[in-house]
Amino acid sequence: MIKLIGLVPLFPLIGFLINGFFGKKMSKGLSGTIACVSVLASFIVSVLIFMEVSASQQKSYVVEIFSWINSDTLKIPFSFLVDPLSCLFLLNITGIGFLIHVYSTSYMHDDEGFSRFFTYLNLFVFFMLLLVLGNNYLIMFVGWEGVGLCSYLLIGFWFKNDAYNRAANKAFVMNRIGDLGFLLGIILIFINFGSISFGEVFNKASSVPTYTITTIALLLFVGAMGKSAQLPLYTWLPDAMAGPTPVSALIHAATMVTAGIYMVVRSNIFYSISETASEFVAVVGAITALFAAIIGLLQTDIKKVLAYSTVSQLGLMFLALGVGAYSSAVFHVTTHAFFKALLFLGAGSVIHAMGGEQDIRKMGGLKKALPITFITMLLGTIAISGVPPFAGFFSKDEILAHTYEHSQLLWVVGSIASLCTAFYMFRLMFLTFWGSFRGTHEQEHHLHESPKAMTIPLIILAILSVFGGLLGLPEFWGAKNWMSENLDSVIIRKNPSILSHDTEWTLMAIAVLVAGSTIYFAYQMFIKYKVLPAEKEVDMKPFQRVIYNKFYVDEFYDTIIRKPLDAISEVFYKFFDKQIFDGIVNGTGDATKWSADTLRKLQTGHIGFYIMAMVVGVITILFFSLIK
Amino acid sequence: MINTIPINYYIFLSAVLFIIGAVGVMARRNAIIVFMCIELMLNAVNLLLVAFSTLHNDPSGQVFVFFIMAVAAAEVAVGLAILSMVYRNIKSIDIDLLSKLKN
Amino acid sequence: MLGYSVTQWLFGILSFLAIMFALMVVFTRNPVNSVLYLVMTFFCIAGHYLLLNAQFLAVVHIVVYAGAIMVLFLFVIMLMNLNEDTEPQKTIVTKLIAGLIGGILLAVMVGVLKGAEQMHLSQSGASQIGMVKTLGVVLFKDFLFPFEIASVLLLAAMVGAIMLGKKEIK
Repeated sequence: MIKLIGLVPLFPLIGFLINGFFGKKMSKGLSGTIACVSVLASFIVSVLIFMEVSASQQKSYVVEIFSWINSDTLKIPFSFLVDPLSCLFLLNITGIGFLIHVYSTSYMHDDEGFSRFFTYLNLFVFFMLLLVLGNNYLIMFVGWEGVGLCSYLLIGFWFKNDAYNRAANKAFVMNRIGDLGFLLGIILIFINFGSISFGEVFNKASSVPTYTITTIALLLFVGAMGKSAQLPLYTWLPDAMAGPTPVSALIHAATMVTAGIYMVVRSNIFYSISETASEFVAVVGAITALFAAIIGLLQTDIKKVLAYSTVSQLGLMFLALGVGAYSSAVFHVTTHAFFKALLFLGAGSVIHAMGGEQDIRKMGGLKKALPITFITMLLGTIAISGVPPFAGFFSKDEILAHTYEHSQLLWVVGSIASLCTAFYMFRLMFLTFWGSFRGTHEQEHHLHESPKAMTIPLIILAILSVFGGLLGLPEFWGAKNWMSENLDSVIIRKNPSILSHDTEWTLMAIAVLVAGSTIYFAYQMFIKYKVLPAEKEVDMKPFQRVIYNKFYVDEFYDTIIRKPLDAISEVFYKFFDKQIFDGIVNGTGDATKWSADTLRKLQTGHIGFYIMAMVVGVITILFFSLIK
Repeated sequence: MINTIPINYYIFLSAVLFIIGAVGVMARRNAIIVFMCIELMLNAVNLLLVAFSTLHNDPSGQVFVFFIMAVAAAEVAVGLAILSMVYRNIKSIDIDLLSKLKN
Repeated sequence: MLGYSVTQWLFGILSFLAIMFALMVVFTRNPVNSVLYLVMTFFCIAGHYLLLNAQFLAVVHIVVYAGAIMVLFLFVIMLMNLNEDTEPQKTIVTKLIAGLIGGILLAVMVGVLKGAEQMHLSQSGASQIGMVKTLGVVLFKDFLFPFEIASVLLLAAMVGAIMLGKKEIK
C-alpha cells in the first residue's frame, strides 16, 4: 500500500484537471462532488498508509515516482518520503481538506465561480501534499511555491474587487520574499552537501561546520517566516481574509501556514545543531505570538480576530520548535488545525446567516438563531483558550512546559500570549452570540441556521477539538504520549524533558488558573457590564487606537519600502524605459527607414547611371585582386 | 613570319581598346553610339583571344572568336530592332529619357 | 631598320591607328562619322589578326563586322535621320566622371596585368594555326555542338528581330 503513495496527490490533481477543463459545463453538484470525492479518496489511501507505517518496524520509506533531474553532477529523483511525520500531515491535510470541501459545496452554492473555486482548492491540496511528501528540498519547494500560487488565486477569488486583488498580491509578494530566503538556503545546502535529498543531507549534517548550518537554518526559517506569517512578514495574513471563508479555514489556518512548521520539523537536525538558529526561531515565535495577540484584542471583524489568532498560535508553535520541543509543535499544529478550522467555518456560518456582515459590533444574541454553530464554536473557543480537558490545553501546556525549561522569560511571554488568546476569543464569542442583536432589521429576519453540509463538518471538527488532546497526554500523568512516540523516528537529536513532576503540575495549574480568570474577566466585561467596542475610531483612547490600527505596521512598510520602490520604478520608467529603450528601438526603425530612403535614390532609372555603376563594380573587384 | 611581339603588348592594347569602349558607353547618350562602343569592347576581347591562341598554339581560341562574332551579329540585329521600336514610341534615341524604372 | 623588325613596326602603327580611331568613335558628334571611324578601327584590328597569322579570322572579321554589322548600323542611323544637330549630349560632369572612371579602370587593369610574365609569341613558320583547314577540323570535331546551336541562335535572333520590327496592326 505504501507503494501507492503516488495516488494520494494524484487524486486531487485529477480533480483539478477535470474541474479545470470541464467545470463550466458540469452542473454545480457534479463539480462539487468530483472535488470532494477526490480528496476523500486521498484521505482513505492516507489512512491505509498511515496504519501500515504505524504497524511496521521500519519507519521511513522512500518511494520513487520517476527519475526527474538526472545529470552528471545533479541527481534529483522525484520521490516521496513516507514516514510518521508525513503521514500525520497527510491525514491532517486530506481529512480537514475533505471536511472543508464538503462545507464549501454549501457555502459557495450561490457563487457563479463555483467550479473555478473547486479547481483551485483541489490544486491547492495537490501542492500541499507534494510539499509534505517530497523526499528532497526541491519537491518541497515546488509544493511551497504551488501553495503560494493557489493562495494568491483563492484570496483574489472574487477578482472583480480591486481591494481583494491587492490583498492577494500582498500575500504573494510577501511569500516571495520568504521564498528567496528558502531558495538561498536550499542552494547553500546543495553547495555544502552535494545533494538535497533529506536522507543524504541529514546524515552528513554533523560534518559541516556549525556556522554554515546556522546560516542554512536561518535562511530556511526566513522562508518559514513568510509562509507561516511570522514577524515581520505577517501582514499578509489578516489581509488574506478577503478570500472566501473556506479558503481562510483551509489555507490560512489548517494547512498552508503550517508548511513552515513542517519544514522546520523535517529539518530538525539543523536546528538541533545550531543553537543560534533555534534561539532566533524561539524569540521570533514568542514575539509574534504576543504582538499578534495584542492586536487581536481590539479587532472588530470576526475573521480578522481569527486571523490574528492564527498568527499568534503559529508564533507559539515556532516558540516550541525553537526550544527543541518538536513533537509538541506538531501536536499543536494538529490540534490547532482542528479548532481553528472549526472556528473559521463557524465564522463562515455566522457570516452566511448575517448575509455577508462581518463586523461583530453589528452582531449579538445569535445563540438562539444559530444553535449548532453556537455550540460548536463555543467548544472550539474553549479548546483554543487552553481549558482542560479539551485539545488545546494539552498541546499548549506541553509547549509552555518545554519553554519554561529553556528560558523563563520566553515562558512569561508565551503565557501572556495565551492569556490574550483566551480573552479575545471569549470576547468574540460573547459579543457575537450573547446579548441583544445590534444589527439591522433585515439582517434579523435573515438569520437562520446553516444547511447540513455546513453544520456537519462543524460537528465533526468540534468532536475532534474536544477529544484531540488524547493524542498527546502528558507523560507525568502516567499516560502514553502517542504523539511524541510516533515522531520519535523523525527527530534526530532529542532532549528529553528534565522538569520535575512538581514543576510540571505547578505550570499546569498556573496555566489553568490564568485561563479561567481571563474567561471570568471577559464574562464580567462583556456580559455583566455589557461593554461594547467603540463604534468609531475617534471614541477610542489613544493607546487603544494604536492597537486597533495594528500598531501601524502596514503604514510603516508602506513608507520605508513601498514608496521608495515606487519612486525608483518611476525613474526607471520615465528615463530608462521611455527614453533609452524606446529610443533604441524606435531609433533602429528610423535608421532603417532613413537608409532605405537614401538608397532608393540609387534607383534612378537611367541606363547610363547603371552602366557606370557596373563599371565601378568591376573596378572594385579588380582592385581587390590587385591588392591580393 | 615569326611574330616576336611580347604578349604583354597585346594585353595592354586590348585593355586600352576595352576601356575606350567602356568610356564611350558611359559618356554617350545616343543609343546607337552606345551599341557601337559595345561592339568595340567585344572586338578588344576578340583580339586578345586570338593573341593567346597564337601563344599557346591552340586553335580553340580562334574558334571561340568565331562564335563571338556570330553572337555579336545576332545581338546587333535584335538590339537595333528594339531600338527601332523605342524610337517609334518616344521619337528619340536618347537613353536618358528611358527612366521609367525610376524608384 | 632602326633596331625593330618589320613586324614590330607594323604592330606599332596598327596599334596607334586602332587606338586613335577608337577615340574618334567615342568623341565625334556626328553619328555617321562615328560609324565610319568604327569601320576603320575594325580594319586595323583585322590587320592585327593578319599579324598573328589568323588569316581566316581576318577575312571573316571584315566580312561580318565591317560588311554586315556596320552596314546595319548605318541603315538605322539613316532611317532615323540623325545628324549632328539632333545629337543629345550628356552633361560635362557626366563626361568627366566617365573619363575618370575609365582612367581608374585603366590603372587597375594595368596594375593587375603587370604581374604577367613576359612571354614572347612564337610560331614556327609552318604553323597551321589560323589556316582554314585547321580551324575547320577543330570546329567540326570539338566544337560541333556549339556550331549547331549557333545556327539556332541566329535563327532565334532573326525571328526576334522581325517580330520586334513589325508594325502593330490596330
